[in-house]
Amino acid sequence: MNRFKALAGAALLTAAPVFAYAEGIDGGPKQTTNWSAISMFIAFVFLTLGITYWAARRTKSAAQFYSAGGGITGVQNGIAISGDYMSAASFLGISGLVYMSGYDGLIYSVGFLVGWPVVTFLIAEPLRNLGKYTFADVASFRLGQTETRILAACGSLVVVAFYLIAQMVGAGKLIQILFGLDYWMAVVIVGILMIVYVTFGGMLATTWVQIIKAVLLLSGASFMAFAVLWHFNFSLETLFATAVQVHPKHLAIMEPGTLVADPVSAISLGMALIFGTAGLPHILMRFFTVSNAKAARKSVLVATGLIGYFYILTFIIGFGAITLVATNPAFLDPAIAASKGALVAIKGGSNMAAIHLASAVGGNLFLGFISAVAFATILAVVSGLALAGASAISHDLFATVIRKGKVDEQAEMRVSKVATVALGILAIVLGIAFENQNVAFMVGLAFCIAASCNFPVLLLSIYWRGLTTRGALIGGLLGLGSAVIMVVLSPAVWVVTMGHPKGSAPFPYDNPALFSMTIAFVGIWLFSVLDKSRRGTIDRNGFDAQFVRCQTGIGASSASSH
Amino acid sequence: MAALGYEAIQRNPKYQQLVRQRSVFGWTLTAVTLIIYFGFILLIGYAPKFLGIPIDGSVMTLGLPIGLFVIVSAFVLVWIYVARANASYDTLTRAIVEESR
Repeated sequence: MNRFKALAGAALLTAAPVFAYAEGIDGGPKQTTNWSAISMFIAFVFLTLGITYWAARRTKSAAQFYSAGGGITGVQNGIAISGDYMSAASFLGISGLVYMSGYDGLIYSVGFLVGWPVVTFLIAEPLRNLGKYTFADVASFRLGQTETRILAACGSLVVVAFYLIAQMVGAGKLIQILFGLDYWMAVVIVGILMIVYVTFGGMLATTWVQIIKAVLLLSGASFMAFAVLWHFNFSLETLFATAVQVHPKHLAIMEPGTLVADPVSAISLGMALIFGTAGLPHILMRFFTVSNAKAARKSVLVATGLIGYFYILTFIIGFGAITLVATNPAFLDPAIAASKGALVAIKGGSNMAAIHLASAVGGNLFLGFISAVAFATILAVVSGLALAGASAISHDLFATVIRKGKVDEQAEMRVSKVATVALGILAIVLGIAFENQNVAFMVGLAFCIAASCNFPVLLLSIYWRGLTTRGALIGGLLGLGSAVIMVVLSPAVWVVTMGHPKGSAPFPYDNPALFSMTIAFVGIWLFSVLDKSRRGTIDRNGFDAQFVRCQTGIGASSASSH
Repeated sequence: MAALGYEAIQRNPKYQQLVRQRSVFGWTLTAVTLIIYFGFILLIGYAPKFLGIPIDGSVMTLGLPIGLFVIVSAFVLVWIYVARANASYDTLTRAIVEESR
């Protein structure tokens, strides 16, 4: 029981930087202002604002705003997807987890990666062939527009909201510790830059922010891993042997430890990670930025390669930190080191492992670079989220549900820009409101909702003839509702966030995807099969035409910008 | 937009071939992915000590190559799918689109 709670907790830690940051800096002193980091970050901001200015002049139509006119190449989109997906949580959280527990860190990186093959085989091409701007386009292709769009928009907005809050709180804590800025100031800066990128530059600017961030992050991480290997004369044996010697758990860091035990909990978490990836609106949206299904395939290939490579780097970085950070008094808190040992005495907590390692292998300048990259990473992720949220509001709710598709493009774009500003302000307010809350569960919840509402509706709308509007609506809402309720009743929220006594949580698992996904699929199936309405017949009869387009791309929206 | 309706395309043997091949291949690869991943998870859950077996005379354990295999397999499976889709599905699709005009 305790072991699987630890598993879920650690999973959330990797999924949500916030938890770890919050833990890491509680009561810790704010760092002195780091000028080299700030100047490099300012350089990044000027570069991206320049790109936004350039993108703004090319973003005149709705197609350009939502999908960069379909003019992004497969390779560019692949890099941008990796930039959208590799959050600061992946970088700092997983390398920190490797630092603390060794092999266990690998377990989580694997979970985050394995969703991508599933996206490739089942989702990427149909999405490109059937949709235009949002995944709701695909889900509602042959179903009742109003109901399906409302459902998909709810699914998207809830996922975006939880993910965004987690990122904002994480950003505030991280920047406080890296740059020595106040928490609220960091949250406001992130919120404002996000609004500027998205409202002025739309998808084109967001894409390039993500590409630049991915290149910076991968270069920085590659350099660190290279430096670690160089330090050990490129002998993995020496690296691991030194780590085993230094780490208080010794040989146990080379095998699965305390994080995983209960198979149900492990499988449930795995399902949330895999199928959640295939239901994240800001990730799905990226497939509309390329010109055809072939480019969509190429994007996932590039993204999977980069993300897999990145997780291998974080593993080396984590072990490098054990050998080079935990042995260097400069990075340790002397009081804690004396009482509890060197490893846990790391200044700022385990999520700072990669940051301290940057300083150990590259000096102060490289430390500044990595800090600036971490800030840029958050900006790239929140921009993608804001764009996905704004599209759900303007394209799905405003244009289709409220105006029934009778709306001119300029009005729709104005709504999406207003929505972006509103989302940005909301994110700032919530980010500040949740400063001292434990929001660790939020990224896990976002993945779980994406897996239990967005993914089942999307998958069945593409592949199952029998799906009807009523089935999708009821089943999707059941998946959404059950995921939220079970997470609230789980130890992560019931005990950790709401402060009820330990062991009193009504639902034993932190991640309920196994159960909420089952509820969603069974609900969709049952209410579709029972649906004898006229609408149901229209839905089923529409399948063949949709499937032909899905397979061949004939009639697919050619969003190319020329 | 195709001149012929979707019914005509559905009757095209090349379309039927495309759908059959892609469905079988896509779902098979999905199954392989899930078996590899959940196999790894179950190994961690039920046999953590197996992953901790040292590779002769080294501090490195069986868990390292196995974990690396899961990561690399994800990329290789995607690569296999993309290579086959580029070689075969695109040609079929183009032929179907041509014949539907």
